[in-house]
Amino acid sequence: MLGLEDGSTWWGEAFGDATNASGEVVFNTAMTGYQEVASDASYNGQIVVMTYPLIGSYGVFARAAESRIPWVEALVVRELEATCREGTTELDAYLRAHGVPGLAGIDTRALVRRLRAQGTVRGAILQVPPHLAGDAEVANEAVAKARATAALAQRPLVVESTASSRQVGAGPKVALLDTGVKENQIRCLVDRGATVRTFPATATARDVLQWAPDGIVISNGPGDPAAIPQVSQNVKILLDAAVQRGPARPLPILGICLGHQLVGRAIGATTSRLPFGHHGSNHPVRDEATGAVVITSQNHEFQVDEASIPSTSGFVVSSRNLNDGSVEGLRHRTLPIRTYQYHPEGAPGPRDNEPAFDLFLADVRAAVARK
Amino acid sequence: MKVLLIGSGPILIGQAAEFDYAGTQACRALREEGITTVLVNSNPATIMTDPGVADVTYIEPLTVEVLTRVIERERPDGLLATLGGQTGLNLAVQLADAGVLERYGVRLLGTPLDAIRKAEDREAFKRLLIEIGEPVPESTTAHTVDEALAFADTIGFPLVVRPAYTLGGTGGGFAYDREQLATVAGRGIAASPIGQVLVERSLVGWKELEYEVMRDGAGTCITICNMENIDPMGVHTGDSIVVAPSQTLSDKEYQQLRTAALKIIRALGIEGGCNVQFAMHPEHAPGDGPTPYYVIEVNPRVSRSSALASKATGYPIARVAAKIAIGKRLADIPNAVTKRTTAAFEPTLDYVVVKIPRWPFDKFRTADRRLGTQMKATGEVMAIDRTFEAALQKALRSLEIKGQGLLWESPAWTGEQDGAAFAERWLSTTATDDRLWRILAALRRGASVDLVHERTGIDRWFLRRMSRIVRFAEDELQGRTPTPALLRRAKRLGFSDADIAVLTGILPTDVRGLRTQWGIVPVYKMVDTCAAEFEAVTPYFYSTYEQENEAEPLPKPRAIVLGSGPIRIGQGIEFDCCCVQASASLAERGVAAIMVNSNPETVSTDFDASARLYFEPLDEESIASVIANEGGNVDVLAQFGGQTALNLADRIDAIGGRVQGTTPDAIGLAEDRRRFHEFADALGIPQPPGGTADSLAEASRIASGIGYPVLVRPSYVLGGRGMEIAYGPDDLERYFGHALEAGTGRVLVDKYLRGREVEVDAVSDGERTLVAGIMEHIERAGVHSGDSFAAYPAPNVLPAERDEIVRLTETIARSLPVKGLLNIQFIVEGGRVWVLEVNPRASRTVPFLTKVTGVPLVRLAVAIAGGSTLEREGYPSGLWPSGDLVALKAPVFSMAKLLDVDTYLGPEMKSTGEVMGVDRTFPPALWKSLVAAGLAPAPSGKVLVTVADKDKAEAEQIVEGFHWLGYEIVATSGTAALCRRLGVPVSEIAKLSEGSDAILRLVRSGQCAAVVNTPTFGKDIDRDGFLIRRAAVEARVPCLTSLDTALAVVQALRASAVSYAVAPLSEYRQPEAVAAAG
Ligand SMILES: Nc1ncnc2c1ncn2[C@@H]1O[C@H](COP(=O)(O)OP(=O)(O)O)[C@@H](O)[C@H]1O
Ligand SMILES: Nc1ncnc2c1ncn2[C@@H]1O[C@H](COP(=O)(O)OP(=O)(O)O)[C@@H](O)[C@H]1O
Ligand SMILES: [Mg+2]
Ligand SMILES: [Mg+2]
Repeated sequence: MLGLEDGSTWWGEAFGDATNASGEVVFNTAMTGYQEVASDASYNGQIVVMTYPLIGSYGVFARAAESRIPWVEALVVRELEATCREGTTELDAYLRAHGVPGLAGIDTRALVRRLRAQGTVRGAILQVPPHLAGDAEVANEAVAKARATAALAQRPLVVESTASSRQVGAGPKVALLDTGVKENQIRCLVDRGATVRTFPATATARDVLQWAPDGIVISNGPGDPAAIPQVSQNVKILLDAAVQRGPARPLPILGICLGHQLVGRAIGATTSRLPFGHHGSNHPVRDEATGAVVITSQNHEFQVDEASIPSTSGFVVSSRNLNDGSVEGLRHRTLPIRTYQYHPEGAPGPRDNEPAFDLFLADVRAAVARK
Repeated sequence: MKVLLIGSGPILIGQAAEFDYAGTQACRALREEGITTVLVNSNPATIMTDPGVADVTYIEPLTVEVLTRVIERERPDGLLATLGGQTGLNLAVQLADAGVLERYGVRLLGTPLDAIRKAEDREAFKRLLIEIGEPVPESTTAHTVDEALAFADTIGFPLVVRPAYTLGGTGGGFAYDREQLATVAGRGIAASPIGQVLVERSLVGWKELEYEVMRDGAGTCITICNMENIDPMGVHTGDSIVVAPSQTLSDKEYQQLRTAALKIIRALGIEGGCNVQFAMHPEHAPGDGPTPYYVIEVNPRVSRSSALASKATGYPIARVAAKIAIGKRLADIPNAVTKRTTAAFEPTLDYVVVKIPRWPFDKFRTADRRLGTQMKATGEVMAIDRTFEAALQKALRSLEIKGQGLLWESPAWTGEQDGAAFAERWLSTTATDDRLWRILAALRRGASVDLVHERTGIDRWFLRRMSRIVRFAEDELQGRTPTPALLRRAKRLGFSDADIAVLTGILPTDVRGLRTQWGIVPVYKMVDTCAAEFEAVTPYFYSTYEQENEAEPLPKPRAIVLGSGPIRIGQGIEFDCCCVQASASLAERGVAAIMVNSNPETVSTDFDASARLYFEPLDEESIASVIANEGGNVDVLAQFGGQTALNLADRIDAIGGRVQGTTPDAIGLAEDRRRFHEFADALGIPQPPGGTADSLAEASRIASGIGYPVLVRPSYVLGGRGMEIAYGPDDLERYFGHALEAGTGRVLVDKYLRGREVEVDAVSDGERTLVAGIMEHIERAGVHSGDSFAAYPAPNVLPAERDEIVRLTETIARSLPVKGLLNIQFIVEGGRVWVLEVNPRASRTVPFLTKVTGVPLVRLAVAIAGGSTLEREGYPSGLWPSGDLVALKAPVFSMAKLLDVDTYLGPEMKSTGEVMGVDRTFPPALWKSLVAAGLAPAPSGKVLVTVADKDKAEAEQIVEGFHWLGYEIVATSGTAALCRRLGVPVSEIAKLSEGSDAILRLVRSGQCAAVVNTPTFGKDIDRDGFLIRRAAVEARVPCLTSLDTALAVVQALRASAVSYAVAPLSEYRQPEAVAAAG
């Protein structure tokens, strides 16, 4: 069962691993891509409710994994489906193997409506034997546990999510600061002919710069950007390096999601919580330069506050969310530094925004050519 | 700015009510922008042609000539052609080709012509796809078997062979090796009139997927919905059971196809909606890299699938497409559902949608029921629920095929009780309309999912879910006593009360009783386009067995309008029209209209057509739940949704509602032919003599009493189903065999009267009655009213007969009594008037008559149902004066799609749609209706006349008529003799039975302007005649099987030289204006 800090309790059938869990409860509206969602490190610390009711239909498979393990604290669904596809593993088995619990049979739409109305809510999943189903004491325990759940900012989520350094691909050198990177970002870069070396979130800016990268990516990741000042500090150093080198010897930087927020903080802007986050594959974003609207994949709780962006920072808001007007991207006026609040790598979600990687690699190649 | 919209014309298989929905939305969307809309459509039974939808409405034939004259007169700035189906699109291209658009400076709005051509021309489209690197199934055209074999050598097997220019791919087929290919290609080349076949890689068994996508002029592209066909490739998407969203695709695959779809519409330069169809490899392991797929086709317009996608997601595709066409950007168009976001987003579903087609095979017993690449369904139902199992079961309930629910099995199957053997015998890759039931039957008998998959190619995911339903029924419900837990699980899996009752052996009402007692009632969830992410204001709901209810009872006053369900022969779009008008009329009266319907194609299920929409099956269970959810005590309007709604009327009281208007008792009195007979006799209302028989012996006794020929039919059916004329005892005997099968064993035997058939639509408040008009059928009685040409005002009815018709109508209305609409069919013979049938509800002709007379029949009926009177509404009683116009309603058939169906007209209805021809006088009105119905013969050529002996005498004037019009008469021996006797030159042609197929060759030669052929009735419908009629249908030669129609055609042809008017409908109703316009 799931208990929320607002006192509501949701009873269903357990699947996945038979453990308890707690975290922030968020919902994701993508109709496909439960595996990508589950294995996205940005969900570290969160219990994810899938709004699409049937989850698990096509199993899980290596190519759809966004990192080495599922990061969600727990998955809540209306109905868990067994796979129908050859060569795939059951979602149930996958979660069990990684110690992640699941809850099925929930009126997820009712739950989502509550989350929408309440904003972000903490919750706790308890394993309850059948004879205690509906038990008031259990319910109280779950609610108490939910209320006792640490806020995102109090957990070292990024440090948990980051992996040790590795290097893949061949071509211009791209340093990727891994604050919980989604594998598809690396695939998108490598497919476009880059050498990608990841640096753990604990690495220093000096470590990164010493490798003499031709471009830098600051990846997505979990939690509150304000909670990781050392990482923002590192990002600031990297940005300063790029600014110092100026247009003549450009150092292209690409920030995605948490990476975008970190750049925002590094240039002196503040970040804040959205009412209930953006999690889904259908968010419209308007490019402020061209007016073009693209459909994006999103997964974030926090935003860069537009009003707080210092006018002297050299950055402008390059795109906004069409629904709520929140900042979706920053661009430096003169330097090849671009950030996206959404996920240009999709996975799950549209591939329409992969040109962001083309643009970045074009910048990187131009930088290499100028050397 | 002024914009011309082209409608899609009559309802045909493959082009149906979805375009009324699209056109109506488009008109409203444009008017909202301050644009003057001019609409042309030949179909009066549409909401789009209702007053107030477009600014100017023409009900005229959809031809280049007519449209040119409309353009000449209206001088529109733009033409919107992508919302009127294939008809609208083709006309736009023709107008452009003819230089008309350029001449009058009319801009084609939305998707540019060039893109339309590229998408429509299969060759050009293929080239484009190859250019942009999208995979197309390899194909070639071959004129010889060797060419076909050479192609096979390059791409391998399996292949599909499609002969050019044959209907429904007749003569084509699949080949799995060289030997088969040689046979199939040889046969195909022979079947093709130009000796050519298309040989293409066969993708039978691949997953078939559709993407509904949109692009605006600025290049923003979005996907509205993807849909997966449960029936894999090989069955037309229109004939497939479809789910939305796709269920078996991983995100990688979903995005792969989404990306391809958007790439294609970008490359084409679509501005508006577009439908892209794909085939995807069925067995590919998703872990092994990208899944192979092919692009099958695109439709560069709003399509049937877009109507389904609109209803499945709540996203108003046609409305947005219309706004894009006038240059708006997606991001500038407000989202009408959330009211806060914009149209630039992708809907996300938190439920499952299942669509099941509705086929006409219950009416056409002889039709080829195999499904293939040509669509055969006339309509469809859609159901929404939170699981696939529940949505599928709800869709099954929505089909309204009597007795054919989840548990139905064909008597032919009972012999085979072994699962594996059953699957071997009854399942194959060739689908039939009953394949779903065959699968259920196989699973019930223990066939494995793998075996069924192997036999049908249907993905295991779907089969597992079907198996879950079957297993639950067999293992958990069958013979058990319901407990709260069991009932709850059964309802969550979608089992209907009726099926639970059958399985557990209690009564359906007891199941409902137990449920209510245990609190197992459905909740209603909103279709909000965004999976609850944003607060939405749309009043669009579906039922499900979950926790939270989102549909609080509407405040009073409110009333439920019962819809008419899927479109089928006999119950078409006319009824949907009436329901929509009823909703609007309620709104005008300050009453919140609550619509219940299951048809995704129509205007009635548009979320803004009513104050609230419940997308639900039209059965007692779901209406009871809706009434309960609205807090009980709800007024119900049952007269507008055809027989579907009417059949529910007598249950409404018991489930907490109140029927407004004519009481269920009065309805029952009119509907039950035996009761009505007694009632009419008591009032001295003349009826064809006859009686009711429960056995053959009884029927024979009645028949010999009244004398042959007699008309026999089962009681309580719609559309003349199971109705035949028996000329002698043999016919009667044969008939009885079928009748028992068709349902009710009770059979009515009536004297067959060969008079003129006349029909009225009236509205009554129980005291006073307004007869909106009298329509006279061109074909004599014996041809179903739905298949007859009907003329208004009745040209041959004498004043005394007219008065008698009005008097009888008033008497019947007062005595039943009727409070609301009333349709009566009469036979007028030798100054006498007989009542054939009384329908205490909206009829098929209500939209037609409303349009030509201007009498708002539905609005008056709604007012009366709500307690008003004719007088209070300001309307007189008696016959409404008919003014100066003449209007003809002509039936339209979809026979080209239904192989093996005989096209001759009889008492069983066969048409799928209707058109209207309206003018100042009879001949041009008739001519226009013929043109609009596609029945106008070519201006010159040969006319083949071959009529039954009983009709020879009457055929004289027809032969003479065609002769004087300059046609060359070709006739078989008997008819030729008749011509010679008349002194009409004739070429005699051998009969088929004389061993020559010259006659079929003539029909297909392209020189044949018309065929006049009447069937020889008797034991069996003649085989020769059948072949001739089919050949005519397939060669698109007008085939006249009733001498009355043939005579009318002759008359109309005589007048066709005379000019006809082209004017807005409202102008025909005002005498002077048209005269002035000349
Ligand atoms: N190469 C093929 N192999 C097998 N089936 C096919 C093939 N091409 C088309 N089909 C089937 O024929 C149906 C109709 O073909 P389509 O090209 O979509 O024509 P339409 O314009 O009538 O929709 C499709 O829905 C599909 O099921
Ligand atoms: N007694 C009769 N004599 C001649 N034709 C009849 C007679 N009864 C019915 N018909 C013909 O059969 C058609 C269908 O009969 P009807 O009673 O209207 O059934 P439905 O319920 O299908 O409309 C009528 O339109 C009429 O042409
Ligand atoms: Mg198609
Ligand atoms: Mg009738």
